[in-house]
Amino acid sequence: MTLDRDTFAKDLAETGYVADDGLATALLLTEMLNRPLLLEGEAGVGKTEVAKALAKLENTDLIRLQCYEGLDRSDAIYEWNYQRQLLAIKAREGSGADAETVEEAVFSEKYLMERPLLAAIRQDRAPVLLIDEVDRADEEFEAFLLEILSDYQVSIPELGTVHATSIPRVVLTSNGTRELSDALRRRCLYHYVDYPAPDREARILLNRVEGLDAALALQIAELMAKLRKEDLAKVPGVAETIDWAAALIGLGTKNLHDARELVFDTLACVLKTREDQARVTREVTDRLLGKVA
Amino acid sequence: MSPLVLESPADIGAALRMRLAGFVRSLRDSGFKVGLAETKDALALLQSPLARRGHSLKRAYRALFCGRRSDWQRFDEIFDAFWFERGVKSGIKISGTSAKKSMKTIRELTDAQGSRQDTIAGDVERQPGEEDEDTGDTPSGRREGASIAENLGQVDFRNINDPDAMEKAHQLAERLAKSMRVRLTRRDRQKRKGPRLDLRRTIRHSIAHGGTPIELIKKGPRQRQLRLVILLDASGSMNNYTGVFTRFVHGMLDNFREAEAFLFHTRLVHVSSALSERDAARALDRMGLMAQGMGGGTKISEALADFNRWHAARVIHSRTCVMILSDGYDTGDPDRLGAEMAALRRRCKRIAWLNPLIGWDGYEPVAGGMAAALPHVDLFAPAHNLDSLAALEPYLAKL
Repeated sequence: MTLDRDTFAKDLAETGYVADDGLATALLLTEMLNRPLLLEGEAGVGKTEVAKALAKLENTDLIRLQCYEGLDRSDAIYEWNYQRQLLAIKAREGSGADAETVEEAVFSEKYLMERPLLAAIRQDRAPVLLIDEVDRADEEFEAFLLEILSDYQVSIPELGTVHATSIPRVVLTSNGTRELSDALRRRCLYHYVDYPAPDREARILLNRVEGLDAALALQIAELMAKLRKEDLAKVPGVAETIDWAAALIGLGTKNLHDARELVFDTLACVLKTREDQARVTREVTDRLLGKVA
Repeated sequence: MSPLVLESPADIGAALRMRLAGFVRSLRDSGFKVGLAETKDALALLQSPLARRGHSLKRAYRALFCGRRSDWQRFDEIFDAFWFERGVKSGIKISGTSAKKSMKTIRELTDAQGSRQDTIAGDVERQPGEEDEDTGDTPSGRREGASIAENLGQVDFRNINDPDAMEKAHQLAERLAKSMRVRLTRRDRQKRKGPRLDLRRTIRHSIAHGGTPIELIKKGPRQRQLRLVILLDASGSMNNYTGVFTRFVHGMLDNFREAEAFLFHTRLVHVSSALSERDAARALDRMGLMAQGMGGGTKISEALADFNRWHAARVIHSRTCVMILSDGYDTGDPDRLGAEMAALRRRCKRIAWLNPLIGWDGYEPVAGGMAAALPHVDLFAPAHNLDSLAALEPYLAKL
C-alpha cells in the first residue's frame, strides 16, 4: 500500500467510495498518526460508507458499534454471561469444589461475552472499528470511549487488563445532535463531510448504479444540487440520489429533459416528507430542470 | 497497509519548528483546542510526503487541528494568513465600530437599567409588593432561599427602581434557575423502575439468600433530563425585562446539562456558547457582542422561521421543551407566526410562552401575533416577577 494520496483515492474509488482530496488525506493520516477519525455531516452524506469502504480496501473486518441513548459498558465493551455462570455454579454445588476454584472457573474467558469495543482490540488482524452516531450516546460513554481510544486496553476487574493485539482503525460519525466533548474532538482527526459537488456526485452515481451513462449521471447530480438548495424539511442525501438514479434507469430514462413527467413522478425517491412533496410541485420541478444542462 | 515509520523530528530545522509553534499558537488564539500531542504529530507530518505540496499539507493539518465545523470553516483562512501571509478579511472591525453608537449592548441594558429608571423614580407609583419590602410584613415559608426573595418576589421587574434591588433580583433569578435544576434531578432519580432484569445486581443481592435470586432487581431506560431550548426576545418593548431574563437564562444554561439559548430581535442569534461562560458579567459581555442590534424592533415570525429552518433539527429532540420569553409584539404577519408556531409544535414536546405582560392588570393576549401563536402554546404564563419564574419549576418537573 502506498502513501500517495491520489493512488489511495483511486483505490478507494474501486471499492465504491468516491472520496474528495480532503477525506483521502484524513484517511491516510489515521494510519500515519494512529488517531481515530471523526466524521461530521448531515444525515445521508455517506459517513458510514467511509468506514465500509475502508474495511473493503484494507480487506479486513468491519466492527460496528451503533450508539444510542443509554448505551453503557455492558453493551459496548463486555458483559459476563450471567445465565451460564449461574448454571455453572449450580452444577458444581454437589461436587464439593471449593469456592476459589468455582470463582476462577466462572470468571474465565469462557463466560465473557465480547461487545464491539473489546472485540475490536482482540482481533489478529487490525479491523476497522466504526462507532456510528456517537452523539447519540451519553457523555459518560464518551468518557470511557476516550479511555479505550487513547490506551487501546480494557480493564475487566475479575479478569485483569486486556491489551490490544492489534490497533483498530477507528472511524467515528456524528450527526451533531449533541455537542461532543473537546477532549474527544482533540483526540480525533476531523473531517466535515458535505453534500458532494455535482461532478463528484455524478462519479458516485457512475460507480454505484449499473447502466448509467455519464451525461445522465451529471444531469441527475446537477438537478439534485439544485433541489438541495430549495427550502426542504428533509434534504435528500446521496443514498436518495442513488435510489433515484436506479429508478430512472429502471424506467428507461435516457435524458431528463425528455422525461419531465417521469422525473416528477419519481420524486418520491428523494422527497421524504409531506411538506416537501407539497412544496416541490410540477412547476418547481420544471423550473429546476430548466437550469440543468 | 504497512504503517509508515516517520523519521525523527530532530532533523527538522529549528526555524521551521519555531514557525510551526507560532502557527499552533495562532490557532489556539483563534479558539482551536490544540494540545501538545497534536503539535508533535504536526511536526512529524512535516517529514511525510504530504509536506511536499502546500495544499496537501493544508488538508492534512486541517484534519489534524480541527475539532468542529466552525474550526473547519475558518481553518483555510488562518492557514493561508500564517503560511502565505495573505491577509485575513476581518469583519470584526467593521461591525464593532459602526454598531457601537447606535445600539445598546446587553451589559448596558442590565447595568444601566436601574440608574436610568432612577432619574424618574419619583414619578413611579409604588406597587403593593414594594410596600412589603418596607414593612417586612411578608407571608413566610413560600420558598427556600434568602429573605430578600420574599420581598422582591412579587415586584414587577419594571417597577424595581433601586439599582441594588435590581442587582439582587438578577442574582435571585440566576439562583432560582440553578435551584430548579437540582430539584428536577432529585425527582428523576426516585422514579427508577424498569422492565428489564439487571442480572449483575440481582446476583449480587442473591448472595444474602445463599445464591437463590429472591430479590429481583429491575432496570429500565434511565430517566433523562429534559432538554431546554430558550428563545429570548431582546427587542425594545422588552427592555425592562431583558436584563433580568438574560440572567435567568444564564443560570438555566449553566445548570441544565442540555440547554440551548437563542436571542432574537429582528434576527435570531445562537448565544449558548457565550452563555457557557460561568461568570455572569463576562457571559453577558460576550453575548452582547454576538447580539448586535438589541433593543430595536421584533420580528418573531422571522426569527422562528430561522430557528425552524436552521436550528430545530439539531437542537430539538422528543424531550425538548421550548421556552419563549417574549411579549408577543410582532411587526410581522400574524398568520406566518401561527404557521411557524405550528411547525415548531410538531417537533418538540412542549412550548411554554412566558409573557411579562400577563402580570399587568387587564392584559388580554389580543395583539395579532400573540393571538395567532396562542393555540400552539402549552403553557402561557406570566413572567413579570420572581414568583412567576419560580412557579415554572413544577411545570418543568412534570415533563
